[in-house]
Amino acid sequence: MSNEELKTIISEILPNASFEETGEWLNIGLEAADWIESANKLRNFESMPFNFLFCLTCVDWKTHFTMVYHLRSTTTLDNIVVKVKLDREKPEIITVSDIWRGAELFEREVYDLFGVIFLEHPDLRRLLLTDDWVGYPLRKDYEDPINMIKL
Amino acid sequence: MVEEIGKTAEGDLIINVGPQHPATHGVLHLIITLNGETIKKVEPHLGYIHRSIEKMCESLTYRQFIYTTSRMDYLSAHINNHACALTVEKGLGIEIPARAQVIRVLMDELTRIASHELWWGAMAMDLGAFTPFFHAFRERETINDIMEETCGARLTMNYMVPGGVMMDLHPNFQYRVKNFLTLYKRKIHEYDELVTGNIIFQNRMKGVGVLSKEAAISFGVTGPAARGSGVSCDVRKLYPYEIYNTLEFDEILETEGDSFARYMVRLREMNESIKIIEQLIDNIPEGDFQAKTKAVLKLPKGEFYQRVETARGELGVYIVSEGGTTPYRIKFRSPGFSNLSCLDHITRGGKIGDLIASMGTLDLVIPDIDR
Amino acid sequence: MISTENTTTNEFPGHIEEVPGGGIVLSKLDELVNWARSNSLWPLTFATSCCGIEYMQVAGPKYDFSRFGFEVARATPRQADVIIIAGTIVNKMAPVLKRLYDQMADPKYVIAMGACAISGGPFFYNTYSVVKGADHVIPVDVYIPGCPPRPEALIHALITLQDKIKMGMTREQMKSGL
Repeated sequence: MSNEELKTIISEILPNASFEETGEWLNIGLEAADWIESANKLRNFESMPFNFLFCLTCVDWKTHFTMVYHLRSTTTLDNIVVKVKLDREKPEIITVSDIWRGAELFEREVYDLFGVIFLEHPDLRRLLLTDDWVGYPLRKDYEDPINMIKL
Repeated sequence: MVEEIGKTAEGDLIINVGPQHPATHGVLHLIITLNGETIKKVEPHLGYIHRSIEKMCESLTYRQFIYTTSRMDYLSAHINNHACALTVEKGLGIEIPARAQVIRVLMDELTRIASHELWWGAMAMDLGAFTPFFHAFRERETINDIMEETCGARLTMNYMVPGGVMMDLHPNFQYRVKNFLTLYKRKIHEYDELVTGNIIFQNRMKGVGVLSKEAAISFGVTGPAARGSGVSCDVRKLYPYEIYNTLEFDEILETEGDSFARYMVRLREMNESIKIIEQLIDNIPEGDFQAKTKAVLKLPKGEFYQRVETARGELGVYIVSEGGTTPYRIKFRSPGFSNLSCLDHITRGGKIGDLIASMGTLDLVIPDIDR
Repeated sequence: MISTENTTTNEFPGHIEEVPGGGIVLSKLDELVNWARSNSLWPLTFATSCCGIEYMQVAGPKYDFSRFGFEVARATPRQADVIIIAGTIVNKMAPVLKRLYDQMADPKYVIAMGACAISGGPFFYNTYSVVKGADHVIPVDVYIPGCPPRPEALIHALITLQDKIKMGMTREQMKSGL
């Protein structure tokens, strides 16, 4: 299904979303406050349930963070990308690990490397770094003169 | 090391498996809570091989970052490089010559067979049999010789570059691959006789580690682990890339979802790869092996995602570019990360021996998970 | 300085003196002990990343290291003699490596295999979590360059370690004054 048709179908169930069709897949922009009910609507949509979350990541744009969720429907094979903007001083968003269970480890990794707090996550701890690590390495302003040798 | 580190008041044991352990295929640390010998909870601890590849790639150019992905999932090194090269080509919008596409698919399928061979040998060794290890490595050495003659290295060959492949095939390539095909067809029945038909292996794997179809989709499991539960997710069929839409091969699906189903899916996938190689080995087109590209590559501003089917599942490369010579953010969606997240769900209520069998059939490579 | 010529052979270090009623074996005890130790080194199964696959290939049928007495690879450090560090060491893994080395019984030897274990390798610049060389953690006897090194290179390193033991030049022997 092409991006325009997807846009007409999805704008019926998500009235507050902003759409962008310049990339390969349809990009949907949402606010952090209505992310959880939009996620539930996308997951339980009858004609094309987006039941497969295949990538969850975060991008640091120096003034704000953007959470990026890649979703796919196993019945119709359509792909969409959902983006949620977060404030850089207090990055918080609600978890989706009870909707798509694979998101639990993805969200722990984003917390570990970026410092984004996921509300109501069952077990939010550091995953890849040691428990006493200070700082969030993948942020653009991370400085580590002891370990990192600049090229 | 398996050591006892504590007992809770109800009589539960909390035990470490790893990080240095012969059966975890890398450095995976599992903390399991046991009641007698029945497992109540499995908690994986990662990060013992976290080499900060994503941060490192932000300071390497688009031609340089490909070598780091060979070291991520080193058993399907060609396929990882292929994914990176495809993403960069998608961003630049260049066409690859037909000869380069056929060479890439041939190398991918040979790598898939080599990876499944090692999986088979190592899994049989985990369950206690040492002989299949040597049978598997005999075939794997033949493939390593083929790779070494053409690409120059046995394990981490950086052969796929944006635009095609790095150099042309060696003149002996077709002869060696045809020898390998005859050797393989003579020996594949040994695999079934040694392991598949053995009553001990069947009892250890049937009914063990059952993963239902809905759970597989919810956890994001891909690859042979999901195809053993009936989820159709082969990227070569659903979102074909290169010339896969012109080739004839089947997608193997089983419905039971237990360890034996995942095992049979991988064994039959080796035969499908042999079919693909046979279709291509006599019809390699003539022409260039690399498209003309500039010396310094610059991707336009935007985001690009490309997925390929590795031996473990779906690998995705997500590049966010700001128009410079180095990427702004790279994310590798690795198949092992999602496959590991279902380990707790499938091993509850079983015994420790079942945990080893389930982990063996999920085929985890830990540097792929930790990146 | 260790000379690069092959000064040691694999023959039994001693000779048999013929006396009436049989023969007497005459040898230096140190040389006899070193000869016996070098021909049965048991490695610990320790592989963190890609070099581990080349290590498994050396244990396979084509490049066979059981010809030299290395076949019995033990999983527990209490029963192993040599630890082959095959792979990258990161900050989280370094205390585990130190603990394994401490648990091994004397005499113990260490081989650093691959570029990552020698100096951090391809992960040297711009990484925040890689230990730049395993010899920041434990003392190393033999270094093998390569990424990954060929199986023949690993066999050459094992033979070099055997020569070092027979000459009495490993860190263990120099430390204890043998």
